[in-house]
Amino acid sequence: MKYEVVIGLEVHVELSTKSKIFCSCSAEFGAGPNEHVCPACCGMPGMLPVVNKRVVDLGMTAGMMLNCHINRTTTFDKKSYYYPDLPCAYQTTQWFAPVAVNGYVEIDTPSGKKKVRIKQIHMEEDAGKLVHDIAPDTTHVDFNRTSVPLIEIVSQPDLSSADEVIAYLERLHSLLRFARVSDCRWEQGSMRCDVNLSVRPEGSTKLGVRTEIKNMNSLTAIARAIEYETARHIDAIENGTEVLVQETRRWDDAKGKSFSMRTKETAGDYRYFPDPNIMPIVIDDAWFDEINASLPEFPEVKRERYITELGLSEYDADQITSSRALCDCFEDAYSVCGKAKDCANWIISEVMSILNSKKMTFDMLTLDGKALGALINLVCDGTVGRANGKKVLLAMFDDASIDPKKYAEENGFIVSNDTSLVESVVKKVCDSDPQTVADIRGGRDKAIMALFGRCMKELRGNCDPQVLRKALMDYING
Amino acid sequence: MSTKKTIVLDDMILTKTMPTTAGSRMLEGYMSLFDAEAVTSLTEAGYEILGKAKCGEFAIDLVGESCYFGCELQDGHFVNDLCEKVKAGSIGVGLDVNGSIRRASAQAGLISIKPTYGTASRFGTVEVACSGETVSVVGSTADDCAEVLSVIAHHDTKDGTSLSSDLCDKVKVCAKKAKKVAILSSSLDGVDDEVRAKIDTFKAILEKNGVEVCVVDSDIFKFARPAWNILMCSELCNNVSRFDGVKYGYRSSNFTTIDELYTNSRTEAFGELLKSAILFGSDNLSTDNYDRAYDKALRVRRVIVEAFDRIFEDFDAVLCPACSKMAYTPEDIKNNKHLCFEENAYTAPASITGLPSVALAGVTLIGPAFSDGMLLDIARMYEEVCK
Repeated sequence: MKYEVVIGLEVHVELSTKSKIFCSCSAEFGAGPNEHVCPACCGMPGMLPVVNKRVVDLGMTAGMMLNCHINRTTTFDKKSYYYPDLPCAYQTTQWFAPVAVNGYVEIDTPSGKKKVRIKQIHMEEDAGKLVHDIAPDTTHVDFNRTSVPLIEIVSQPDLSSADEVIAYLERLHSLLRFARVSDCRWEQGSMRCDVNLSVRPEGSTKLGVRTEIKNMNSLTAIARAIEYETARHIDAIENGTEVLVQETRRWDDAKGKSFSMRTKETAGDYRYFPDPNIMPIVIDDAWFDEINASLPEFPEVKRERYITELGLSEYDADQITSSRALCDCFEDAYSVCGKAKDCANWIISEVMSILNSKKMTFDMLTLDGKALGALINLVCDGTVGRANGKKVLLAMFDDASIDPKKYAEENGFIVSNDTSLVESVVKKVCDSDPQTVADIRGGRDKAIMALFGRCMKELRGNCDPQVLRKALMDYING
Repeated sequence: MSTKKTIVLDDMILTKTMPTTAGSRMLEGYMSLFDAEAVTSLTEAGYEILGKAKCGEFAIDLVGESCYFGCELQDGHFVNDLCEKVKAGSIGVGLDVNGSIRRASAQAGLISIKPTYGTASRFGTVEVACSGETVSVVGSTADDCAEVLSVIAHHDTKDGTSLSSDLCDKVKVCAKKAKKVAILSSSLDGVDDEVRAKIDTFKAILEKNGVEVCVVDSDIFKFARPAWNILMCSELCNNVSRFDGVKYGYRSSNFTTIDELYTNSRTEAFGELLKSAILFGSDNLSTDNYDRAYDKALRVRRVIVEAFDRIFEDFDAVLCPACSKMAYTPEDIKNNKHLCFEENAYTAPASITGLPSVALAGVTLIGPAFSDGMLLDIARMYEEVCK
């Protein structure tokens, strides 16, 4: 018999806010244990939650990017369970009126475009982290991650293969990063996902027994887990190797197997109820419109526009639209210099290589695109040599306030129009190396590059290469 | 030297320099890292905080008798520690969760005000039933209450339910003189002769002052208590779940697993009354009972708010008993260990609605939101006569 697999995902994404959801502690990843904590996120009595407005902004942004209906009155609720990484023994989340509902995401599949429906997006706080490897018999708790804001994106069970799941997750990754909702870094846990999966005979409308694999944090592991679970379900159905029960499972990537964590019968009751300390949040038209107006173009729309309107190659457009920061930089530079191809070249060859050498991701780019546009103008109109232009760019990375023209002037990077200076340098260099001059006159044209390089060095790069080449040829031939 | 009276806090108000226990073994010796907003604003206004008074465990009992650290008896009756300190010359500030401050002050010949919900910041109070509990003031006179209320009533960005400055300021003045006061028929159920006489005395004084007093048919006092008990215990169950023995407070030495650490710490540190409230609350929030218990109670809350709104179309305030009898004995508790979930019939209407309430001389007055100043003004009519 043929089977089809039915998959729905719950994707957790940490929001890119400076501070936590209910207190002013830093939400940044990577600090030492319990450095980003206060009485509120440690669950001490007497601290009341005050909602970080930025969290709601980003929740709405995510909802709009995923074509959701935004609930104009959205509320927070409490979810109770005991676990040492949850200091209050309840998580503040959204249960009754989440910020966004009923959306969809389009993905590409071999048989064409497919809509994956989004059931809801809700805002909530993250839990802390248990550390087991400090001492053999004790577990330590790190509350840095406690109350870092999250959204959970719940899809309908519309996915039917590991490939579709990966395509869906990559699409979410791209849209959320583009809208600056999250940096979506799987390796830092800022994007994680729970996979709900069941198997049924092809054509059947009745869903099979569903299992949930918790806390997946890499695309390859997700694909492997889906293959494994699908095979396990089919084996159970066909051969009766085991009785499938609705349960939560843990994926062990090293062993390549999933293991039961808890069944439905042993699952706790979360006792959801509205949080009386957080008043319902009313999203008025002005707030809604402000967020709506701040949404970025979808990446594929940008890509298309870069190719058809600005004349970029497909390769260049792909490179730049891989990151919102690169797009912003490109568009700002273009707005100043109007030279799309040059902007793309500078970003792809120079900016990206500096980022790589500094081990920064593209999204970490803070370069002022308008200043880059001004620099491109200086190089294109011959005011600054290309090699010196790169030096200016490097300085602009370290100090965002640098004005390229002023910096070029202060550091002697302005191309000289003084032909008598060029001629005197050419004479000095040629006279010091009569052998090479004689070789060139004898027909070894390539040797001219050695003299050209020495002259350029002598002129500290501040010479139009065409002017220097002409002066050199004139001197040798004349 | 300040001529101001000193302040005594009940042990639900967190202080940096003194332990805060909430009357529970769970928090024995607990030192807060910060002061409650009420403490900060009173200190800034030049008041000296003299110390702490004991309270019942998480302030849900009658008058403090469930305190882990003991409760005094006088002539065979329980006495409230905060009221004793007020009698000695201070002004008391505490958290009114389930009416114990109103009951105790009305029984002790003192006066208390539970201000309009949202006007006095709850930042730095031990959370129990957040949707109704309010920082309250106990004094020897209405003027004492008004004076301290004017300091603690202000907008606070650290409390998401704190109202705007304009609204907070409203409780500091008496906007109008009371002309008509209602006694709700259901509120007199179950009170003894002594309390009934207190109501009659108060009624007579009001009438002598030209205030018309009418008995009005209303079910409010029948339904507020069960609904409030559901909401209070549910919120309590959730709020005290943070006391799990992991981070601070009491930890049992008898455990091998994390579940035993939780269970044994809480079993050993929480008292019987609190455990009853936790279990009741937990049951109300369970998936099976949520709709017919918690959600129903939220609906009843709205019905009660609307019923009060209708009464306040014709009346300026409601006069009702503060308790069924003027003192509680250990015998009362022995006969009914859940008496506090019955005696709160008289205080639950103001708790569940957040309406302001003044308690004195065995009675309480409930008024519309922000009528705090007017309620204290009514209380002064009584003080004039009994001076």
